[in-house]
Amino acid sequence: MARYIGKEMSRVDGVAKVTGRAKYAAEFKVPNLAYGFIVLGDIAKGTIKSIDTKEAENAPGVVRVFTHLNAPKLGPKANSEYAPPENSRQQDKSFRALQSNRILFNMQPVALVVAETYEQARYAARLVKAAYTAEKHTTDTESVRAGARLPAQGRKPTPRGNPEQAFQNAPVKIEAEYRIPIEHHNPMELHAAIAFWEGEKLTIFDKTQEVYGVRRHLASSFNVPEENVSVVSPFVGGAFGSSLRPNYYPSLTAMAARELKRPVKIVYTRTQMYTGHGYRPYTIQKVSLGAESSGKLASMIHEAVHNTSSFEEFNDNTTGFTRQVYACPNLSAPTKIADTDFNTPTWMRAPGAVSGMFALECAMDELAYQLKVDPLELRLINYAETDPESGKPWSSKALRECYRLGAEKFGWKNRKMEPRSIRDGRLLVGWGMATGVWGAFQSPASARVTFRADGTALVQSATSDIGPGTYTVMTMIAAEYLGLPAEKVKFELGDTRFPRAPAQGGSQTTSSVGSAVYGAALAIGAKLLELANGDANSPLKTATASDVEMLNNRLRLKSDPSRFVDIAEVLKRNNLNEITETFDSRPSQERQKYALLAHGAQFVEVKVDPATGTVRVTRAIEVTACGRILNPTTSHSQEIGGVVWGIGMALEEATEVDHRFGRIMNPNLQHYHVPVNADVHEIETIFVEEDDKIVNPLGVKGMGELGMVGIPAAIANAVFHATGKRIRDLPITPDKLL
Amino acid sequence: MRPFKYTNATDEGAAVRAVSGNREAKFLAGGTNLIDLMKEYVERPNELVDVAQLPLAQIRATSNGISIGALAKNGATANHPLVRQNYPLLSMAILAGASGQLRNMATNGGNLMQRTRCQYFYDVAMPCNKREPGSGCGALEGINRIHAIFGWSDKCVATYPGDMANALYALDAVVRVKGANGRERTIPVQDFHRLPGDAPQKDNNLEHGELIVAIEIPKNNFAARSYYLKVRDRASYAFALVSVAAALETKGNNIEQARVVMGSVAHKPWRSTEAEKALAGKPANEETFKAAAEAALAGAKPLEHNRYKVELGKRAIVLALQQAFAGGAA
Amino acid sequence: MRDKRREEDSEINEEASPQEISADEEKLLDGLGLHGEARRKFLGQTLGGGLGVFALQLLAKEQALAALNAPPDAVFAQNAGLENAVKVSLKINGAAQTAEVDSRTVLLDLLRERLDLTGTKKGCDQGQCGACTVIVNGNRVLSCLTLAAQCQGKEVTTIEGLANGDTLHPMQAAFIKHDGFQCGYCTPGQICSAVALLQEAKNGDASHVTRNLRAGARNIKLTDEEIRERMSGNICRCGAYPGIVAAIREVQAGRETAHKTWHFATDEEIAAVMNEEGRSDATV
Repeated sequence: MARYIGKEMSRVDGVAKVTGRAKYAAEFKVPNLAYGFIVLGDIAKGTIKSIDTKEAENAPGVVRVFTHLNAPKLGPKANSEYAPPENSRQQDKSFRALQSNRILFNMQPVALVVAETYEQARYAARLVKAAYTAEKHTTDTESVRAGARLPAQGRKPTPRGNPEQAFQNAPVKIEAEYRIPIEHHNPMELHAAIAFWEGEKLTIFDKTQEVYGVRRHLASSFNVPEENVSVVSPFVGGAFGSSLRPNYYPSLTAMAARELKRPVKIVYTRTQMYTGHGYRPYTIQKVSLGAESSGKLASMIHEAVHNTSSFEEFNDNTTGFTRQVYACPNLSAPTKIADTDFNTPTWMRAPGAVSGMFALECAMDELAYQLKVDPLELRLINYAETDPESGKPWSSKALRECYRLGAEKFGWKNRKMEPRSIRDGRLLVGWGMATGVWGAFQSPASARVTFRADGTALVQSATSDIGPGTYTVMTMIAAEYLGLPAEKVKFELGDTRFPRAPAQGGSQTTSSVGSAVYGAALAIGAKLLELANGDANSPLKTATASDVEMLNNRLRLKSDPSRFVDIAEVLKRNNLNEITETFDSRPSQERQKYALLAHGAQFVEVKVDPATGTVRVTRAIEVTACGRILNPTTSHSQEIGGVVWGIGMALEEATEVDHRFGRIMNPNLQHYHVPVNADVHEIETIFVEEDDKIVNPLGVKGMGELGMVGIPAAIANAVFHATGKRIRDLPITPDKLL
Repeated sequence: MRPFKYTNATDEGAAVRAVSGNREAKFLAGGTNLIDLMKEYVERPNELVDVAQLPLAQIRATSNGISIGALAKNGATANHPLVRQNYPLLSMAILAGASGQLRNMATNGGNLMQRTRCQYFYDVAMPCNKREPGSGCGALEGINRIHAIFGWSDKCVATYPGDMANALYALDAVVRVKGANGRERTIPVQDFHRLPGDAPQKDNNLEHGELIVAIEIPKNNFAARSYYLKVRDRASYAFALVSVAAALETKGNNIEQARVVMGSVAHKPWRSTEAEKALAGKPANEETFKAAAEAALAGAKPLEHNRYKVELGKRAIVLALQQAFAGGAA
Repeated sequence: MRDKRREEDSEINEEASPQEISADEEKLLDGLGLHGEARRKFLGQTLGGGLGVFALQLLAKEQALAALNAPPDAVFAQNAGLENAVKVSLKINGAAQTAEVDSRTVLLDLLRERLDLTGTKKGCDQGQCGACTVIVNGNRVLSCLTLAAQCQGKEVTTIEGLANGDTLHPMQAAFIKHDGFQCGYCTPGQICSAVALLQEAKNGDASHVTRNLRAGARNIKLTDEEIRERMSGNICRCGAYPGIVAAIREVQAGRETAHKTWHFATDEEIAAVMNEEGRSDATV
């Protein structure tokens, strides 16, 4: 009987967070600190002709002004691994600041002013005057769509069957285009770093989803051994993908600190957040679905084009999951990219999947209306019993249960198919649903457990907790398998002094790092057994490691708990105060034989004011099948967050670009709208647990992305049901519904 | 933010003298707009005269209506019993704006002074005649979804973004200001803000150094039937796409007189006397409201991205009038 | 700089702290050279809110950093002169403070950069997110748009000032209970906003969604709709809004009000909806 796993637990870092004492990157107090303020450029493409820093240098408090003319060159770029883990290593062509006079995108950093105070740096930054030689730029993805290409990296998207022919022959078909604007993560915490050098040793407090990634990046930038770089990131105020890559500010901060021989802090402004990290790319999708009159899919053609930068390929694999969601013998689903004069896009919550599924699941809804088949029924008709892509069996898949349970709970059977058929007073009511899907990823990860004779344990792994509750769930896993009360277990993360862990991205932290913590806890048990059996009279003499478990400071036989040793005594006998085990976890070979996905069904209700076109999502049900749920409290919060992000994407979020200038015109939170409290109503979660022994020893799949994936489509479908208007260009703002 | 001298004004006269004597000085009250714009380097005063402590926060009944201190906070104003009882439209409009925190900071005088939220005005790298006369208007042929459909010029298509002033226009408020010579004058609120014309850098008709001391609203018979409707991209904490302050004085089902003011459609709150004429003396029904809405939007000149405001404006007027007639804010 | 209440906390915590210290924390403190009274004081500050390991680790790190000396060739500004200095005296969390600030310094930066009160967060610095919300003279305001100079004579309460020693403010406890946060960055602002909000409700203040504005009443019992509107000036990008609403609702009611919005599907539930399919991969 589990003591912690599967039970509600409040966040172990809760008190630190509600008292304001949790320290985020910019909040460490360091003596002799200088403040850096970044100066952004004004053109989208070209070269810096001249840059006048005189006035800024003479301003009170200014320590130095760095530009491409005086900034040291940063060393060769290393290979870098990013999440999601399926993406292969690729050459790091990421943008670095102040390395040349080339302007590659608008609002590119062109100078860094360092001053004694923040106010002085901010002011002097305004005094830097750059002159440019502009070149013709391209920022409109629509204008380069025709020349889009398959990315060089990744698997080639070979068609299945004969999709074109099957589409031609299909008795029922739909064809539509969908558009998603550039979107920005906008975590509440501004990206920030404090860096200082002690000789050739660099310490940096950084906001990151991967401390080891930042370490690798900085070691190569400054040509120092990786072990000389210490990256500390105990708390991250949201990231959602924006801190998966190092971004340009950590090396900029460390460079300034090195040159000035004192600690430097750089905090992006909210505006700088819009080009200081990546974004969800502008995505155009064309979906053609052909079906038999029974509703059985005959052909799926799903083509996506999204932008990347001029200097680096990024591909979010928009159409990746299209290949696995429905059983269909004929399919083509390429994702192409087109160069634009922006900085490089990056992963943003549910990358690729939420974009691709927005288009596909809206198209499925359109097809359902064409067929006059209930949209949920259409999904069931095309249910994939095995992976349509590989033919492999699923390690587990309780999607059918999700559909059925969600429908039951939502009252779906009372839904009339016709649009505009439900009203609440003046308001039009619409019900929509969609399927959610995400991978059950796992990456290599390591964890270290120190178990002490006093019945406490210290667990460490260099993972991150950007909000999903990693501190808490790792504490739970360790407490469960070390047999300790959770309050006796301390879990630490976000520090390169700890064993290596992958980036917190792709919803793989619990599967990867959790497996390592679990393995390390079992290794402690095995070590204790070995120590216990050094005694000839050990009651566990014949037992092997898999026969024993730890509970309440005893190591005991699972089959006969009355046979045990007292752990403290064992340690004492061996003259030990504590023992430490490090475990390196790797995905199992067994995983190769299966298709591994997490699934969900999402149902939403919207109310649309027919007079003003305003949409409110008044109800949402997430039914989720993602293996075992370790902490339902924080898991539910993840689902809620997914819905809120879905609301933002569906109804509010868009980064606006004035293509004449190639410049983002709403780099702030007043014009870039994210959901506020009043936008969010009741959100309910039903967990349909899957007993999956294949995915990893804990049986967990990711959920941080999953909860968002189907929501934008479900909302758009509900808006159609409410109004009869099919809006294919996000966001669905009031003006589009008049 | 440019360095500036900070002084805390001890009396109105000194405050007015200080700002009048320095072209680059500004009054500081709540700071919710000014401090933001100073960080953005849009506003660059070299001196701030803090007037927040001056005794101009009183809200009191007068023989002719109400006098609302310029330095009363928006939140306190919206919740003042006299305002809620007699001018609920003003409460509604204020409460539709910003957030609880901002309403606790922003003053009534400052609210009248708030500047446009045009993206080009905010970005000092972009052309903007309001910020930098002669540099051009970035929005005219740029992104202009939130911009004006009335009264704009080819120099500027920005809108006045606030909510409070829309109600003040509907309620025939008068702005009392104090000038450098120590004399007070009053400006009907309709004449307070300007259309951009050839001088969009001037938002209003205040002289430099003039300090708003109070806003006065005459008695009226609108309290029972008034409504403030705000249509925005999200449910709260967002500027309006279109807003409507509607007020009706009725006798039975008949409209005696009406006020219709639209927000976020022009460089100033846009009072539609056409709509008001179309309502006066008519029965309060959908047909009348629709006719008023048509009249109100008849002269609209939308830009590339804000055509929707014409239709939205009509619908918002009808809805606001319906809600007002149904007892709206009461 | 340390306020009186926190000094008192360290007294209160003198006895509680030793049992909360683990061996490696002992080591850490030894390493920092903190013994006797100094150690007690240090622990009093860190364990004061029952926050244990987190702050301890981090403060220890800072203690170590405090000893960091600038090398002789470190570069400093030639002209570091403070322009337009303004002397401000104010109370922060009950303690009188006097600071000489650059006139351009906003309260947020005064707290974070000068007074080491980093609980107040910078999310946008433009009045567009609410992360910097603090309570000034009883009202919630945005510290990013408040000049420090404007705070002369004011009483400021930040997130650090809400707990009473070991005892969390009920709103803090409710946020934990209802998981009203994920990353935690907007949380101090949310909580300050929520605490002040309850006073506004007591005063009878109306909101955009309040019906019948003309009939003012004190002690408003806030509906969820009211709470949502009144909390809309505090953006939570993690989307923890339902938990925030539940926490505020419960604190205002003074009793449990939340209903559970998640559950594990039971075998029976699944069987009931799957009977026509006759197949299930789910196990519970």
